[in-house]
Amino acid sequence: MAEHSAPDHKHKPGAAASSSASSSNSAGGGSQALANSRGAAAGGGGGLSGGLSQPAGWQSLLSFTILFLAWLAGFSSRLFAVIRFESIIHEFDPWFNYRSTHHLASHGFYEFLNWFDERAWYPLGRIVGGTVYPGLMVTAGLIHWILNMLNITVHIRDVCVFLAPVFSGLTSISTFLLTRELWNQGAGLLAACFIAIVPGYISRSVAGSFDNEGIAIFALQFTYYLWVKSVKTGSVFWTICCCLSYFYMVSAWGGYVFIINLIPLHVFVLLLMQRYSRRVYIAYSTFYIVGLILSMQIPFVGFQPIRTSEHMAAAGVFALLQAYAFLQYMRDRLTKQEFQTLFFLGVSLAAGVVFLSVIYLTYTGYIAPWSGRFYSLWDTGYAKIHIPIIASVSEHQPTTWVSFFFDLHILVCTFPAGLWFCIKNINDERVFVALYAISAVYFAGVMVRLMLTLTPVVCMLSAIAFSNVFEHYLGDDMKRENPPVEDSSDEDDKRNPGNLYDKAGKVRKHISEQEKTEEGLGPNIKSIVTMLMLMLLMMFAVHCTWVTSNAYSSPSVVLASYNHDGTRNILDDFREAYYWLRQNTDEHARVMSWWDYGYQIAGMANRTTLVDNNTWNNSHIALVGKAMSSNETAAYEIMRSLDVDYVLIIFGGVIGYSGDDINKFLWMVRIAEGEHPKDIRESDYFTPQGEFRVDKAGSPTLLNCLMYKMSYYRFGEMQLDFRTPPGFDRTRNAEIGNKDIKFKHLEEAFTSEHWLVRIYKVKHLDNRETLDHKPRLTNILPKQKYLSKKTAKRKRGYIKNKLNLKKGKRPNRKTV
Amino acid sequence: MSGAASGSAGSGAGSVGSVVRRFLAEYSSGTPSRLKVLDAYLLYVMLTGALQFGYCLGVGTFPFNSFLSGFISAVGSFILGVCLRIQINPQNKGEFQGISPERAFADFLFASTILHLVVINFVG
Repeated sequence: MAEHSAPDHKHKPGAAASSSASSSNSAGGGSQALANSRGAAAGGGGGLSGGLSQPAGWQSLLSFTILFLAWLAGFSSRLFAVIRFESIIHEFDPWFNYRSTHHLASHGFYEFLNWFDERAWYPLGRIVGGTVYPGLMVTAGLIHWILNMLNITVHIRDVCVFLAPVFSGLTSISTFLLTRELWNQGAGLLAACFIAIVPGYISRSVAGSFDNEGIAIFALQFTYYLWVKSVKTGSVFWTICCCLSYFYMVSAWGGYVFIINLIPLHVFVLLLMQRYSRRVYIAYSTFYIVGLILSMQIPFVGFQPIRTSEHMAAAGVFALLQAYAFLQYMRDRLTKQEFQTLFFLGVSLAAGVVFLSVIYLTYTGYIAPWSGRFYSLWDTGYAKIHIPIIASVSEHQPTTWVSFFFDLHILVCTFPAGLWFCIKNINDERVFVALYAISAVYFAGVMVRLMLTLTPVVCMLSAIAFSNVFEHYLGDDMKRENPPVEDSSDEDDKRNPGNLYDKAGKVRKHISEQEKTEEGLGPNIKSIVTMLMLMLLMMFAVHCTWVTSNAYSSPSVVLASYNHDGTRNILDDFREAYYWLRQNTDEHARVMSWWDYGYQIAGMANRTTLVDNNTWNNSHIALVGKAMSSNETAAYEIMRSLDVDYVLIIFGGVIGYSGDDINKFLWMVRIAEGEHPKDIRESDYFTPQGEFRVDKAGSPTLLNCLMYKMSYYRFGEMQLDFRTPPGFDRTRNAEIGNKDIKFKHLEEAFTSEHWLVRIYKVKHLDNRETLDHKPRLTNILPKQKYLSKKTAKRKRGYIKNKLNLKKGKRPNRKTV
Repeated sequence: MSGAASGSAGSGAGSVGSVVRRFLAEYSSGTPSRLKVLDAYLLYVMLTGALQFGYCLGVGTFPFNSFLSGFISAVGSFILGVCLRIQINPQNKGEFQGISPERAFADFLFASTILHLVVINFVG
């Protein structure tokens, strides 16, 4: 379905507009209007007023249709996961979001804000209301509430599952608006179509991926749109709207820091480029001050906007802008010489005061230095050395070139062209998009995850590039055959921000310009170029659909494997195990696992976890990592001190699942080493050659640590097929080195069907066990035991010659 | 704005003093009375903000959110007032074509409403 609709609507802004034009014509029912407009536009200059009023209606109908189709295509191509599997929440973080949304929906908003979750981070607990960006939950809860008000009964889970696809439509609309402000309407439509299906954005917004980014990209784009709008008009109203949208963004995602740094950067660059205007002053001052206090309303953000260095650039630009505006005002009033005397005084005074106060505040600790996550943005090696927990997340790794192409396909090649067009015809808002592009490219290069912020700007700039090419090469044909489209692309061409409502003059001028420039190009070249471009777009659409279907539509809670004949096996081990936990363990049982699975255990099994994906407490995680990486006795002490009842691990050796705990194990060691360098050393887990191996050559520390033992317990008895020896790990392609694993303090409680999830019960301290050991250790007992046993046994065993032997043996023994 | 002008005048040298004097004379003659009223308001708001800041320096910032909301309210009102002043200034007419003085005032009211709703929420 999506495969068809996606390439289909792609063409519309360009060549295939005639088909949609005819369809929308029949829908609109205004065939006369069409004829009118054709006649008028073909007439060119004559009857301009009548001809232009009709295409305007046309054009809005057309763009409405295209936007609607883009929404539909975006929505439906995100449904692969729901169709293939079921309507289920994906991955890890969404499970927490779902759980808290559920809490919000069932307990109300205030309960949610005050929610203290005692089931996470045992024994610390977590203040959820104060440590979460509530925008996503509130949005989903609100939609659920409204739908139920209208007597449309949907489960909150379905609202959560379909929230991101719905918001992708809103994202494409706000991208359309932003691109229209930057360039023209045609480019806007192209950009809307691109963002609807581009994999870089789909990766975070498929149905079921109920994560902050799903709505945050919409808020991001919409905030930028309103910002550009308010810079253009200088209206306080738009700026306040921008602030409100920014507030929504702050409530939704930590990435709001990107906005609060990019917008000041824009203003600063405008100042440097001598493009200061009163509109910029109005827009930025209002945005900063209202946005500041709005952002502080989110409990999780709190006083950060005035306390942390990430936000200081905005404050600095605010102060600078005030000083600049004041000086500007003075310059208008005074003569040049008078101004100069004041200028130096004012500037040096202002700069000195700002500089000194920032230094003083940082020194006294009012302003926190940059947090680790932000350092890691500048220095990619920083996280690896100082904060292994950040570096351990795969989406925090630097991006590879392949993933640029994989996520953006042709757009990554064309967006520099769009950037060049923007820089060539620079104006205030194009400065913004250029800065947006440059900073986003940098951040996307640093972290895979920030690819998400790059995607919208790439879509916009590529759309500008494509739209420019089409405008150039379709111009002549359009004039002859498709008057409405020509008008729509003409109307876009209002370059001047001020003349938004002035259509007639612009259009006429543009036609004449176009005629002039396109005289030299033959129809063949034009059609070849057009065909090429359309082919690229078509391949883009196919690629998007393919990537979405193959790479981004797996729920990762349910796995699928394919047989040789193409049939599908569903591996539902995760839910099997979580359900087992839910049904068979005590309600307050504490489950220890690596932090990746914390949210899932809390969400699906409803059991208390020690650490989860929130990762706010590094030392707690390190303690769990230490337990996993020490030997059983040491681990037992840690687990006893943490009150652990069950240990859950993920083991992929049977089915060859590579994301299991043994593969993550080195990170556990590293994180544990960071906090307990005396007990855990990473080098102990490598062979002398520096390899990490699980077979016989592996280091003995590894072969005896708790994680290894739990993963491979009884695995040595298992022969998967006849080509491999028993105990052959398919993930790491090795026969395990320690096949004889016995537990003293743990016992296997549950292993799922494909061994993917293994749960162990931590035994309580046993009275008899300690008694068993003691006799062996004392000095007196060996004699006693020896004597009594021997005598008794011998007596019984050798009945025949008991007297002789007894006498003969004792002297013998003594002499020996 | 006039307050800031007179503030910087105090530390100036003799030539600065004359410049400021000339500026003040030009201001009183060349500014519409409507803008003067607005300037008085701005001066008042600025003094309020300065007072709060001085209080915070002297006494301490204990209910930090209260201080912040009060101070931001003052700064915000000042900024919004300046925006209004820029927009209704007849000299800037060319730059704000779509915005009539009435529209500007309505915007000002709207923005102030939003700002103070948030401030009230934040005072605690």
